Amino acid sequence: MTLIHEHGVPEIALRVEALESLLIEKGLVSPAAVDAVIKYFEQDVGPLNGATAVARAWLDPDYKARLLEDASSAFAELGITVRDNIIALENTTEEHNVVVCTLCSCYPWSVLGLPPTWYKAPAYRSRVVREPRKVLAEMGLELPESTAIRVWDSSAEIRYMVVPKRPDRTGLMTEDELQALVTRDSMIGVAQTTAPDAK
Amino acid sequence: MDNNNPSEILDQNGPAAPPRINGELVFESPWESRLFGLTMSLHEAGLFDWAEFRRLLIEEIGIWDVEEHPEEDWNYYEHWAAAFEKLLAKKNFCAPAELDGRVAAFSSRPHGHNH
Repeated sequence: MTLIHEHGVPEIALRVEALESLLIEKGLVSPAAVDAVIKYFEQDVGPLNGATAVARAWLDPDYKARLLEDASSAFAELGITVRDNIIALENTTEEHNVVVCTLCSCYPWSVLGLPPTWYKAPAYRSRVVREPRKVLAEMGLELPESTAIRVWDSSAEIRYMVVPKRPDRTGLMTEDELQALVTRDSMIGVAQTTAPDAK
Repeated sequence: MDNNNPSEILDQNGPAAPPRINGELVFESPWESRLFGLTMSLHEAGLFDWAEFRRLLIEEIGIWDVEEHPEEDWNYYEHWAAAFEKLLAKKNFCAPAELDGRVAAFSSRPHGHNH
């Protein structure tokens, strides 16, 4: 239940406001620093970082090998600083990888931005481990029985991102065009990437 | 707010926005983004280890997970807030009583306070 104060302000909003005022008074944070952090996570880091590496990997097998071997260095090659320890997992016809954090919400922020609401929800966290095929189907991704599904549980130490399969009929597309096909959800492993005409 | 039916949660947010648009709203209310920003600012200032906060967050979420709740009551950042308050108390950055006092002061602000 959400407590609402008489002026219509939720209790929790007041608590956070009170926290901020106390931490500012104690000199532990500054409002400008808080603003900057929020802006950074809302606007500066996002799934475009991940998509950039995926498109490059689709076009350049050597780059893909480096991305799968040492993701941080491979992102650094593209000028993208990765703060988390990230492992990139390749989806193939035989094996489909999907990422979760069962205990909280660990997520490769620096390459995918902030996690979507459903990623943090109890339903996804608990169910995708137990019945991944069913959960993926509910999310619109029906995988053939011949495709094995591996679920990767993220932690504070290791965070995963998925390199989705390159869709068919994209052989003539440029790197920029390919980037635009790579969705956040495909890099979590709950969707596939599709060619523009395949919809 | 999240929905109660798991498949609804998943469907609703299913196929994603293109990656250059930074996802859908990641914060449902302004307090969530302030809370997030406060936590990250303190962390960037080197005032706590992420692992320490994560342990507290896992504890908070774990308590919720084993209890019976209607799923629509779930709010991820409420657990984050609880964990953050515990962290601040543990680090002697802000005692619970101090925080409660400030909340009480804020909640008795005159009507029309537009903040």
